[in-house]
Amino acid sequence: MARDTLTGSRIRERRVMAGLKQAELASAAGISASYLNLIEHNRRGIGGKLLLDIAEVLGVEPALLSEGAEATLIAALREAASDPKAAPVEVDRVDEFAGRFPGWAGLLSDNRRRIASLERTVETLSDRLTHDPHLAASLHEMLSTVTSIRSTASILNDPADLSPEWSARFHRNVYEDATRLAETSRALVGYLEASGDATSEASAPQDEMDAVLASAGYFLEPLEHSPDGISDLSETLGVELSADARTLLDAHLNRYASDAEQLPHEILAPKMLAGETDPFAIAAALRLSPGLVMRRMAILSGSVLDDDFGLALCDGTGTLTYRKPLQDFSLPRFGAGCPLWPLYSALCAPGMPIMRLIAQPGATDRQIKAFAYAEDTQAPALDGARLLKVHMLMVPVPFGAADEKTEAVGVSCRICPRNDCAGRREPSILSTGQ
Amino acid sequence: MPKHLLLIEDEPNIIEAISFILSRDGWSVRAHSDGTNAVETASRLKPDVIILDVMLPGKSGYDILREIREEPDISGIPVLMLTARGQTKDRELAEKAGASRFMTKPFSNADVVEAVRALALQP
Repeated sequence: MARDTLTGSRIRERRVMAGLKQAELASAAGISASYLNLIEHNRRGIGGKLLLDIAEVLGVEPALLSEGAEATLIAALREAASDPKAAPVEVDRVDEFAGRFPGWAGLLSDNRRRIASLERTVETLSDRLTHDPHLAASLHEMLSTVTSIRSTASILNDPADLSPEWSARFHRNVYEDATRLAETSRALVGYLEASGDATSEASAPQDEMDAVLASAGYFLEPLEHSPDGISDLSETLGVELSADARTLLDAHLNRYASDAEQLPHEILAPKMLAGETDPFAIAAALRLSPGLVMRRMAILSGSVLDDDFGLALCDGTGTLTYRKPLQDFSLPRFGAGCPLWPLYSALCAPGMPIMRLIAQPGATDRQIKAFAYAEDTQAPALDGARLLKVHMLMVPVPFGAADEKTEAVGVSCRICPRNDCAGRREPSILSTGQ
Repeated sequence: MPKHLLLIEDEPNIIEAISFILSRDGWSVRAHSDGTNAVETASRLKPDVIILDVMLPGKSGYDILREIREEPDISGIPVLMLTARGQTKDRELAEKAGASRFMTKPFSNADVVEAVRALALQP
């Protein structure tokens, strides 16, 4: 049933909410109760002055009766119904459901959003537990130390034929191991406590820098017009960073200033405001490298446009070296990403511009226009290794403007539910429950 | 004549503790702490039993064990594998690589001595 034919249902719903009897509302609107009954059961159309009168009696905007629940609520319900894991529902009656039971529909929509948010958190934490080299190394170190302590303490506990020299030696070993265990466990607890908030966790130098840039909003005004502010920004942003993370941050700030000098805000922003989203076209017009243009577009999008752009960088090994994720497109914190990403297609074809429409299975399934390009970081040499830097700029396609030819991609295999994927390199914990 | 045991393990205090308890049990223990040339050391010493840690610098214990099983001179030496993990897949990996026994850290000294004695008696 179409939304505009459900005006009667919405009038009935609002009347009941207002505590009015059918006869009372009919009388107030100047019609008979039987006629209102036909209207409320959608057997008679309604509009014009009568609709205005009924809306006035009910104390609501006429549009609420004629157009029903908000479009966003309908869209949220449709999105919930499109979940492949959900049981089939009466999608064709979603407007009727939202119109007749706005409270329940709102609750369902809110819960759906909450579930999606929790799923993202689980993904992030699962990703961390399964791919975190720091965690694995710490646990191995602890087990080895505990083994040593147990074995040595067992020897000391049975001092028969143990010479004073050996006894002193083993006492020293136990002391050393106990100290090491205390340090390792304290560091591990601190590390896990820091991960309590999956969105603000920071550990490896790359993570620390990513977290600082995310909290700063990526756009760094002081560097937009002069590199003079690098030292001050490094002091401000890097105050709590480790030495290694600080080194990464300084490299980022220097590159930021250099990029801003080559492609100033005043030149790029008007193009983006005019709707230009193709970094290759901009790079060709301005005779700049596509990688530089992608970096600048990702930085400026947040301050220039309504929709932020994401950016992922990797080196020749496929290791992600920079992450600016999107709400609608997650990037793994550890390990490699999804092999279906255009980022890796570009890695296989340096110098070739790539654009594909992709989407991650998730709350919104939002279509992303992904531009990818791999470029050399140094001049090619006959007997030298080729060093590449690969960029993938992620531009969200506006809702309602999505193309049908979207490729489904994941975050990383470990947390991807697509079991039939040809690119899968390891089982998913989401599908096996392990 | 004491029997010879080669302990391939990178944790110095574990080496010291295991060496002590096995020496006390009558074994002549030699230790090797690097994965890269562990097979060469085993070929040179030709011990009666090998204790092999899985996590080693340079080369994993599984790879070392596979190479030992391919060397005719030392392929028959019983090997006790030590690992920090205890999952089924690790046990399967160890058995597939040719481990004679498998022991999960942290272990007791008595268990190590018992396991080594049992391996030495194997035909």
